Amino acid sequence: MKDKKLEVSAIENGTVIDHIPANVLFKVISILNLDKIDKQITFGTNLISKKLGKKAIIKLSDTFFIDKEINKIALVAPQAKLNIIRDYSVVEKRIVEVPEEIIGIAKCMNPKCITNNERIVTRFQVISKSNVKLKCHYCEKITDQDHIEIV
Amino acid sequence: MINNKSLVSITDYSKEEYLRILQLADEFEKNPQPGLLKDKVVATLFFEPSTRTRLSFESAVLKLGGKVIGFSDSSSSSVTKGETLYDTIKIVSNYCDLIVMRHPLEGTARFASEVTNIPVVNAGDGANQHPTQTLLDLYSIQKTQGTLDNLTIMMVGDLKYGRTVHSLLMAMTQFQTTFHFISPDELKMPEEYKYYLNQLGLKYTEQKDFGANVKDADIIYMTRVQKERFSDPIEYERTKNAYVLKNKMLDGTKETMKVLHPLPRVNEIDQDVDSSPKAYYFTQALNGVFVRQAIIASILGLK
Repeated sequence: MKDKKLEVSAIENGTVIDHIPANVLFKVISILNLDKIDKQITFGTNLISKKLGKKAIIKLSDTFFIDKEINKIALVAPQAKLNIIRDYSVVEKRIVEVPEEIIGIAKCMNPKCITNNERIVTRFQVISKSNVKLKCHYCEKITDQDHIEIV
Repeated sequence: MINNKSLVSITDYSKEEYLRILQLADEFEKNPQPGLLKDKVVATLFFEPSTRTRLSFESAVLKLGGKVIGFSDSSSSSVTKGETLYDTIKIVSNYCDLIVMRHPLEGTARFASEVTNIPVVNAGDGANQHPTQTLLDLYSIQKTQGTLDNLTIMMVGDLKYGRTVHSLLMAMTQFQTTFHFISPDELKMPEEYKYYLNQLGLKYTEQKDFGANVKDADIIYMTRVQKERFSDPIEYERTKNAYVLKNKMLDGTKETMKVLHPLPRVNEIDQDVDSSPKAYYFTQALNGVFVRQAIIASILGLK
């Protein structure tokens, strides 16, 4: 039988976000507001990965991110890698880094926090980057990696 | 200088700022300076009832010659009409020079301080912070011990949920304090605070009863063990009496030792302690007025 490989198509210019844990693909899409951009997007999920077991990948044509923007996904996909593509070639590889401050992305796990009771943009200080821990700017309680919910 | 700066969390102030407030409190205790707040209006917004704290703040403002507006529970405010906290703070800011705020939700004082240009003093936001209580605790400790440095403090009761012990611990870490934590297993001091003490190299012990350490204590800081915190009611029945401080238990303690309590007490300090010269909790409440005078005057840039 002929060896057939089905791959999402290569892009000429843009960004490939690789090594996204399969179960957070849609969170990444939401954090980066990819549902609102008008460029071509292809994604694959539940792909085999030696590192992650199952991974997802997103390819974005003609889309480039500044660090501050892309680093937001580090909350849910700390091992994500970025390939910057120009003329079908990878011209730069980047890894995401958990930022010092997280604004408007995560939900505070404290139900008595003001941010869960009034329309307030959430704000956290990142107090641990490896095993992500977020300290709420308002109620000062800690939300750990297992309890991070995206707004 | 602390001028025109909100007081939301005890960690907003440095050691020098604590000491400056205590020094001012001492000045106000000797001379209330009633003209200082002339023409100033302070709003006390109490979204949940707290008679002692509210009266203490209002007493402080009135003694300084200021005027007080506000409400003592949210049912008498526009919150019942669905007004947001944001709108309430924006509106009230037009009517006063400083806002003192108590709210059942955590983080409200920080939020309020960010939506208004006038200073906000946190008078308690849920289980989060109550910084003026901590400053009055520091004042009480300094007054009774003559110093804040190198003291031994025994904290007793609900060390898990008690915001006053957490804030006091954080503040006292600046003064090389030794801590003894006395609580049932279910209400032990949370790990993050012990971790913090370890990092600073400060000494502490943990035990279920007073033990021999009571003789070393300069301060016994009692808190209320709340029945509703226990998952096992039998465990509560077994432990609750261990934390009823009786006068006899003060035998052999230091002459200068004082018993503090943020109040209200239920039964964790027997009334027979009240007549002891070591009982200080009622004077501690009085100290709250001087300390709040100092905080208000300092924040408004009047001192």
